[in-house]
Amino acid sequence: MFKKILIANRGEIAVRVLRACRELGVAAVVVYSDADRTSLHVRLADEAYRIGPAPSRSSYLSIDSVLGAARAAGCDAVHPGYGFLAENPAFARACASAGLAFIGPSAEAMERLGSKTGARHVARETGVPTVPGTLDPIDSADAAMAKARETGFPIVLKAVAGGGGKGMRVVEREHELATAWRDAASEAENSFGDGRLYLERYLPRPRHIEIQILGDHHGQMVYLGERECSVQRRHQKVLEEAPSPVMDADLRLAMGQAAVKLARAGGYTNAGTVEFLVDGDRRFYFLEMNTRLQVEHPVTEAVTSLDLVKLQIRIAAGEKLALKQEDVALRGHAIECRIYAEDPENNFFPSPGKILDCRVPSGPGIRLDDGAYTGWTVPNEYDPMLGKLIAWGADRAEAIARMRRALDEYYVTGIKTNLALFRAILSSPDFQEAEVYTRWLDDFLLHAHGRSAGAKKPDPTPDPPAENAALLSAALWHAARHGAQDGPQGRVPRPQGPRTPEATWRIEGRQEQLDREPSRIRRP
Amino acid sequence: MKLTVELAGNLRIVELARTQQGFACSIDGAPVAADIVQINRYVYSILIAGRCFEARVEPEAGDLRIFAAGREYSAAVRDPREWRRKRGGGVESSGRQQVLAPMPGKVVRIVAKAGQAIEAGQGVVVVEAMKMQNEVRAPGSGRIERILVGEGQSVNAGEVLALIM
Repeated sequence: MFKKILIANRGEIAVRVLRACRELGVAAVVVYSDADRTSLHVRLADEAYRIGPAPSRSSYLSIDSVLGAARAAGCDAVHPGYGFLAENPAFARACASAGLAFIGPSAEAMERLGSKTGARHVARETGVPTVPGTLDPIDSADAAMAKARETGFPIVLKAVAGGGGKGMRVVEREHELATAWRDAASEAENSFGDGRLYLERYLPRPRHIEIQILGDHHGQMVYLGERECSVQRRHQKVLEEAPSPVMDADLRLAMGQAAVKLARAGGYTNAGTVEFLVDGDRRFYFLEMNTRLQVEHPVTEAVTSLDLVKLQIRIAAGEKLALKQEDVALRGHAIECRIYAEDPENNFFPSPGKILDCRVPSGPGIRLDDGAYTGWTVPNEYDPMLGKLIAWGADRAEAIARMRRALDEYYVTGIKTNLALFRAILSSPDFQEAEVYTRWLDDFLLHAHGRSAGAKKPDPTPDPPAENAALLSAALWHAARHGAQDGPQGRVPRPQGPRTPEATWRIEGRQEQLDREPSRIRRP
Repeated sequence: MKLTVELAGNLRIVELARTQQGFACSIDGAPVAADIVQINRYVYSILIAGRCFEARVEPEAGDLRIFAAGREYSAAVRDPREWRRKRGGGVESSGRQQVLAPMPGKVVRIVAKAGQAIEAGQGVVVVEAMKMQNEVRAPGSGRIERILVGEGQSVNAGEVLALIM
């Protein structure tokens, strides 16, 4: 086993990997940019090293800086998390030449399977079905037009280096292609430093179902069931669940075996995910492979009772995978919500800022993987995901009930979050009946809530006592902050501390001001 | 203390007076038996006729957003002492509307042209923030009077990007 692992990431996934290190008794070393000195992963780590200014290009994406920290700390392995350098073969290679074990697949397997076009070649060679389209990157918008006419509209443009819906555009009609090409290419260039695109046929109402695989360095490889990730907003996964409500044993076997066949053909090791689209006739098409740990890995962990991150580390350390395919048993149902600092009422714009207060859910079947805390300022330099809320239940109905209960307990004050969006999704009949497809959420937002796409809707039935509670709290809030000279001669009773009424109110108001001010003691 | 609170568009009168147990409250002149405890700066636990409310107050652009019993309310407190200072100024005269940057970011593309007719909801400027490109849309219909930003320019939250007549 390793002695010290460098976690080349930030946010909730850095915390997740750190927890696995702790449980294995391995020291956890983290890196941070100037925007992350106060982030949770730094607070929890054994050792932390600054690797540069806030922009990820000069910090989390800088191979030299990250490896410099690994050297300084004397690490023997690197876990890349997801995003940033996780799927960069040059990084895997640089780790190897620095004598560090890369916790993930080999650079060669990453190159073969991580590039969407490369993986589609492998799929075609191994007889795994793919969606019609180009196998190779296209040179120009004109060439794309020719290919699109051949494939037939609607088509989707995708970044060769892409992921998470970035650098991706659906093109319904010919005249939209030129703009879509430019947008997708520039977004891909900005996000991945690689503007190359390919195109494929856009399937109507497909489901996104992916297979988790795990392989060791001794020839053993298993699939750990599937995850359904059809609830997406603009091609970005929002909610995932396992198992898929439409899956049966035969389809799971067929897709699982296809995934393993593809991964084996590419010489894959460690944890990986093979993504498929499944159409209304339950035919499946290989989409792409993610050569890393996925954001949504906890739902698989919940239904398999496995710890994927610890297994990743054990595999990278050369241990044999003790798990056989017949040992993999799925139990119950799990759902994950990706909690973002974004404003559903304002076109889901990111909403960075200081978390003034929050209450996180807990209780039976609830897991929260997050990297946020009260008093922390969500930086605006990175992806605004705060964390993931996972609910497990004996069946799907119980998982939904637990998730709804947890969402009601959860609040974050100071920034906007998409919590209300999840409350709306989980209470919708479509979701409860599992009638979802990859564009379902976009349609749902458009139809149920109109243009503003907000999750908030005025409730039709009035609730006078709730209104009274709101009115009283508004009045008290105001009194606390706007002087008490003609206020009620008293204060709101608080559980602790004898203070004079004026002092309490003034302190509250003053503290409030301070909270809103940017921290002055953060950095020299 | 007597305050006027605008809640969900209705003006309500809230009166609070301290008693030995806590507060005597009345709303629109009718007494309300409420047991109120402040949990922290932003949260009040309020019991009204046995029903538990956890009311969460969040300031937003001068007004308040209040969450209670799974609902969300917008509220504005009108303190008689503040009438003089409040309102007036700031808002553009009728007809003209501002397209505002909803958050800090970089302008990557100007979609609309000055002089062009524009519908509410139509894209005006594309702003990139946190690696996501987001279209900022027209808040109302009209004609683009002026675009105030250029491609590549960094903008702050609330900055005026364009004017619509």
